[in-house]
Amino acid sequence: MEVVRMTDVQHTPVSITINGRAFEAKPGELLIEAAERAGDFIPRFCYHPRMEPVGVCRMCLVEVDGPRGKTLQPACFIKVNEGMDVTTNSEKVKKAQDGVLEFLLANHPLDCPVCDKGGECPLQDQTLAHGSGETRFIEEKRHFVKPIEIGELVLLDRERCIQCSRCTRFAAEVAGDSQIAFSGRGDMIEVAPSPNEPFDSVFSGNTVQICPVGALTAKPYRFSARPWDLEQVESTCTMCSVGCRVAVQSSGNRLTRVLGIDSDPVNQGWLCDKGRFTLDSIDGNEELTDVLNAATRLREPMVRRDGELVAVSWGEALREAANVLREAGDNVGVIGGSSLTNEGAFAWERFARGVLRTENIDAQFGDGLDGELIQALPKATIDEAVAACTLVTLCGDIKEELPVLFLRLRQSAVKDKNSIIELSARPSSLANVAKATLTVRPGEAHLAAKSIVTGTVPVDVLYSAEQIAHVRSLIGETGQGVVFVVGRANVGESSVIVEAAIRTFAESFPEAKFLTILRRSNVYGALDMGLSPGLFPGRTIKAEGAGRDTISQLGAMASGEQKATLLLGGCLLGNVADLTLATKALEASSNIVVSGHGGRTLAYAQVVLPASVGYERLGTVTNLEGRVTALTPKILPPGSAWPDVAIASELAEEFGQTIGLDSVEDTAKVIEATTGYPALSVLESAETNGSLVDGDQVSIRRPMDPMAFPGIRSVDSVGLGSHVGVTAPTPVLKGTRGKSATLASVEAGRESVTPAIDGYALRVNLTRRLYDNGIAMQGSAALLGLVEPLTISLNHVDLERIGVESGAQVSVTGANGSVVMTVVLDDAVPRGVCEVPFGVEKLSEENSLRNIIDATQVLNQVRLETR
Amino acid sequence: MAAFTAPKIVSSRSEFEDSFTIERYLATGGYSALKKALGMFPEQVAAEVDAASLLGRGGAGFPAGRKWSMLRKSPLSYLVVNGDESEPATFKDHYLTERDPHQLIEGTIIAAYALQVSQVFIFMRGEFALGLERVQQAVNEAYEHGALGSKIFGSDFSIDIVVHPGAGAYICGEETALLEALEGKRGFPRIKPPFFPAITGLYGEPTVVNNVETMSNLPWIITNGGAAFAALGTGRSTGTRLFALSGRVKNPGVYEVEMVKNTFRDLIFDPQFGGGIIGDKAIKAFIPGGVSAPWFGPDLLDLPLGQDEVAEKGSMLGSGSVIVFDEDSCVVRAAWRITKFFSRESCGQCTPCREGSGWIERAMYRLEHGGGREEDLALVLDLCDNISPGLSWPPQQTTICVLGPSIPSSVVSAIRMFRQEFIDHIEHGGCPHD
Repeated sequence: MEVVRMTDVQHTPVSITINGRAFEAKPGELLIEAAERAGDFIPRFCYHPRMEPVGVCRMCLVEVDGPRGKTLQPACFIKVNEGMDVTTNSEKVKKAQDGVLEFLLANHPLDCPVCDKGGECPLQDQTLAHGSGETRFIEEKRHFVKPIEIGELVLLDRERCIQCSRCTRFAAEVAGDSQIAFSGRGDMIEVAPSPNEPFDSVFSGNTVQICPVGALTAKPYRFSARPWDLEQVESTCTMCSVGCRVAVQSSGNRLTRVLGIDSDPVNQGWLCDKGRFTLDSIDGNEELTDVLNAATRLREPMVRRDGELVAVSWGEALREAANVLREAGDNVGVIGGSSLTNEGAFAWERFARGVLRTENIDAQFGDGLDGELIQALPKATIDEAVAACTLVTLCGDIKEELPVLFLRLRQSAVKDKNSIIELSARPSSLANVAKATLTVRPGEAHLAAKSIVTGTVPVDVLYSAEQIAHVRSLIGETGQGVVFVVGRANVGESSVIVEAAIRTFAESFPEAKFLTILRRSNVYGALDMGLSPGLFPGRTIKAEGAGRDTISQLGAMASGEQKATLLLGGCLLGNVADLTLATKALEASSNIVVSGHGGRTLAYAQVVLPASVGYERLGTVTNLEGRVTALTPKILPPGSAWPDVAIASELAEEFGQTIGLDSVEDTAKVIEATTGYPALSVLESAETNGSLVDGDQVSIRRPMDPMAFPGIRSVDSVGLGSHVGVTAPTPVLKGTRGKSATLASVEAGRESVTPAIDGYALRVNLTRRLYDNGIAMQGSAALLGLVEPLTISLNHVDLERIGVESGAQVSVTGANGSVVMTVVLDDAVPRGVCEVPFGVEKLSEENSLRNIIDATQVLNQVRLETR
Repeated sequence: MAAFTAPKIVSSRSEFEDSFTIERYLATGGYSALKKALGMFPEQVAAEVDAASLLGRGGAGFPAGRKWSMLRKSPLSYLVVNGDESEPATFKDHYLTERDPHQLIEGTIIAAYALQVSQVFIFMRGEFALGLERVQQAVNEAYEHGALGSKIFGSDFSIDIVVHPGAGAYICGEETALLEALEGKRGFPRIKPPFFPAITGLYGEPTVVNNVETMSNLPWIITNGGAAFAALGTGRSTGTRLFALSGRVKNPGVYEVEMVKNTFRDLIFDPQFGGGIIGDKAIKAFIPGGVSAPWFGPDLLDLPLGQDEVAEKGSMLGSGSVIVFDEDSCVVRAAWRITKFFSRESCGQCTPCREGSGWIERAMYRLEHGGGREEDLALVLDLCDNISPGLSWPPQQTTICVLGPSIPSSVVSAIRMFRQEFIDHIEHGGCPHD
C-alpha cells in the first residue's frame, strides 16, 4: 500500500501559466514570488517578503483569468492556484502599473538631489525603468512640515511618503510596537506617531531601512553620505550573541551605516537599534584621549610609569607584560574574551594553557551559565525555537537582552500560534503573546522546575497549581517539540539556581531541546574555543582539575593568591555585578589589559595592549545557536592597534615560545584542522548564513532584493576566496576529538541549592537592559541619551510596608553596606522582590546597588528603610 | 400615470407623529412578527426571506436570503446592521432610524433568529444624532419589553444588540471597513480575498452584514409571507423600495414606491412624490442611484425603477437616491462637488483612489472655477481610466474597494453627456452660471 504523507501532498507543485509559459509554482506561493522565479519581475512597493502582504500600493497589478474574465489583481496578495493563467506584460497591465506609478509621483516632491534615498530608492529606480518622462500633474503638490521627529532616532518627511505602510506594518506586525499609524485620509493621509507615546521602539531603524522612498531617515546617517560613494562588505553584528548578518558600509575609512541582511535562519533582514546605531563607538570619537573613558579608542600600547599610563612601543609593552606575568609564576589567570573572534579566542586559549600553563580561564564575568552545562544540553537552533509547539522561557527579557531573537520568537507566537510559557519574576516583552506567565521570584527557578516536573507546588510561591498543570499539559511527558530558552535573568542571584532548574528540565524531558541565551557577542565562540575552566577547543572537556572561574579568580586576586591577571577586554568593572569584589581584586592584582576601548578598569592596568574591534576585524564568530559566520573587516583600526591573534603570538614570543599561529587565516585553518570547527571554511566562503557547528545543513544564500532591502548592494563574492592563501584542511572526523560534555559529567560535584530567604528583606532582581552604560552605548552619541536612570522598583504592597512614596529616596542595605537610591512603584514586580536595572549607572556612581551586593551569595537580599 | 396601489411596507407609520415610540409601535402591530417568527423554525424564517427574494437595500443589491445561506457554520457568528448611510443625497436609512426604530430592531431580531446569531451590532453613522438616540432608546425599550436579552418572549433564543456610532467616515459604509472600525481599528476596507464577511467577518468570524432598510422589511415579510412580498414588483426586483428624492424637484423627500411598476418619471413628476421640477423647468439629467452611479438623461425617464432595468442602461439603482438636475443646473459644478466628496472620503489606503481622487478633484475645480484647459478633459478621462480601466459598467477597478470606481461615474457622465458645457467653462474662464 502506498503511504501518502501530508508533506508529500504539500509539496506537489502548482501548475500555472505566466505570459503563456507554463511554470511550476510552490503551493501557497504568492503570485509575485512565483512570477519572479519564473523570470517575470513585477514592480512593487508595499510588498515585503518578511511581512504579510497587504496589496495597498497597487503597483503589482497583473491580469489574472478568472470566472469574470481577465481582471487586474495585486500579484503580491494573490496566491497561486492550479491552472491559474496570468499575464504580466499586456498593454492593460502596463497601463495600470504606469497609472499607479504616475499617481504615486503626483504628490511626491522632486527633491531627489537632497534626499538620502537618492541613488538607492525603489521609487526612483522603478520610475527610471517604467515611468513617463514628463509629468501631467500641474496642480500644487501636497505640503507637510518637513521633517518631523517620530522617535529619538527616526525622522519622517511626510511629503515623500507613498503610504506603502511598510513602516507601520513592521512596527505592529513584526515588532509589536504600534506607536506609529496612519492618520488623516485621502491624499492627506500621513504616518503619525501616537499622540501619547513616542516611537521609542528598539527596532525603529528597521522602518528606515525598508522605507521604499526617503520618507524615513535615521538621525545618525542622515546627510552623511551618498549611496554611490559607499563601499560595502558583508559581516556579522557583534553587539550580542544573535549574530545578525549585516552589510557594513563605509566612506573611505569612516563607517557610515550598517543595514540588516536577510539571513533566513537568523535575522531575516532585521536589526536592533543598538546594533545599527552604535558605529560611532568604533570610529566616531577620535578626539577623545582619556583612557578611563569607555568611549575612547586605544591607539597605542601603554605601561604604567610612576602611577600614570604612558604610551610606549609595542616591543616595550610586550616585554613589560611578559615580565608582569612571568613574575607571578603559577599565580596567574585570564578573564574575559567573549567579545573576541573565534580566532582571537583560540590564540589566547593557546597562550593561556600553552604559555602561562594556567587553567584559570573564564570568558564570562560570573553573569552567565556554566560552560560545561551549556555544552552538555541538547541544542536548539533559532529556527527550531521558532518552530517549537511549546516554548518555555526561563531567562531575562529577551527584547532587552537579544532583541532580534525576540522578534523571531514573537513571530512564533503571533504568526504560527505556538505556545510560549514564561517563567519570570515579571512579565517580559513576550508576555502579551505568551500563553502563560508564571511568576518565579529570585531564588525559585529550581523550585518552579521541580513543580513542572512533579506537578506539586510548594507553599509560598506565586505560581499556582492550575498554572503548573497547564504548563505540564503543554510540555507533555517527554518534552517532544518543546524548546527551553534559558539564560541568566538575574545577575544578583547565583547561577546555581537557574542551572539546577535547567538540569531538572534536561533530565526530565529527554526530547526537549535548549536554546541558551548568554548575551555577550561571541561568548559561544569563546566557550567553543576553550576560554572556560575545564573546556577545551572544539567543545571538549577535561574531566579533572578544572581551574577558577571569574568569581573565584576575583576572590583569589583580592586575597593576593592570584598575583597577575590578563584581562581580555577592558570592561571587567562594567560587567561584574559585585563591584566591591571586582575593585578589591583589581587593586590587589597586577593586570594586563588587552582592549580596543578605554574604561575605568584601566585605572588598575599595569600594561595596556590596544586591539582592533568591531568591523575592523577579520575572523569568525559563533552565535547562540552555534552558527559560525564570518567577520569581514571594513575599516582599519586606529593608531597601532593589532588583531588579538598577533598580540597573543607576539606575547608568546616574549616568553620564548610560540603558539604557532601566524595570521587570522592561519588560526582559522588550525582551528578547523585540529577540532573540525568550521572556521576556515566559513571564512573562505563567508556564505551569508554561515555554518552550524556539528550541523549538516546546507543553507542557500538568499538573493538580494533591492526592493525589500534598499541600500544593500549585491556582492558577487562575500568570502575571502583565494585571498586566504591557505589551503583548506582535512576536517577532523567526529569522535576523534576529545570527550564531549554530558549532563552526567556536569552533575558531578554539584549540590542542590536552597537559598535562605529573609522574610523582612527584598530579594534583588538585577536585570539587564539593552540600553545600558556599556562600551557601545557610551561611545554612541545617538543612543547614550536613551539609557534609563538607576532606580529600585517595588510593588505597592512593599512600598506601603516600608512607608514610602514612589520617587522617594530610600536607604538600601545589602551584604556589602548601604546606598541611597530612588524608589519607584512598579506593580509588575512581585511582592517581596525589588528590581534594579543592571549596568545603567556610571561606574563612578557611589549609590549603585552593585556596590552592596555580594557575588558569592546564592541570593542577594536587601533591606529598604526610609531616610 | 401608474396606479399606486402597493401597500406601505417600511413607511407604514409615516402619518404618526409618535411613530418612533414603542407605544405606537405596539399599537400598530409591532413585535407580532417577531412572536410569529419565534414560533417557526429558524430555517422556515430564512425560507420566507428567500421566497420574498429580498434584494439588499444597501447599494449592491445582493439577495439577502443568499447572503444568509453563505454564513459559514461556526460556534460564533455575528449579525451587523449597516446604518452608516453617509452619501450625499442618500437619506432613506436616516428616515427609518428616526421614524421607525422599533421596526428596524424587530427586523434585526428576526434576522438574528433566522441566522441563530445572538450578538448583533448596529453600526450607525455618528452624525445621526436623533436617529442614534431613537435607536438606542428603542433597543432599551425592546430589552424592557422582553424582545431583547435572555430567552426573548419566553423562547429559547437569546440576543443582544449593541448600537455603535461611527466616527464620521463615509468609507465605513463599505462593509469590510465597517467591520474594521467595529473592531476598533482604522476604517480601511479589507482586501479581497476573503471575499465574503459571511466566511471571514468580524474578528475573523462569519458575519452577515445587512442594511437598515433590508432589516426593516422583515417584520412585514414574516407577517404577510415571502410570497406576498415577491408578488410586488417584477422579476428580481421585488417589494417596494424607499427612494430619497432630491435636487431640483418641488417635493424632495423619502418615498416608498413599488419596484419596477413605477418609473423615474412617476417618482420625479407625480404629485404624490416629487411633484415635478421647480418652476416647471426642463429636466437636464438625473442620477438614478446615488453619487456613485453614472447619470441618465431625460430620455430614460420612463425607465422602470428596477435593479436590472437600470443596470441594463449602464447605471445602478444603488442606494435608492435620485438626484435631479434642471436645465439651469451646472453639471460641471455638480461633478466637481461629487468628486470633492469622494476625494475627502477616500480612506487613503490604496494609491489610485487616494491620489486619483485628489488629482481629479483639483482638475475639476479648475474646470469649474477657471484655469481649465481643453486637454484636461482627456487627462481627467485617462485618470478615471487608471482607476476604473475601460470606464465601462459594471466597472472594473484598480483599487481595493468600490469607492475607487465610484469616482469616475459622475465625471465621466458629465464629460460624455455635456462636453460642450465644459468647453464653455474653459472658454469663459470659469462657470458661466455664476
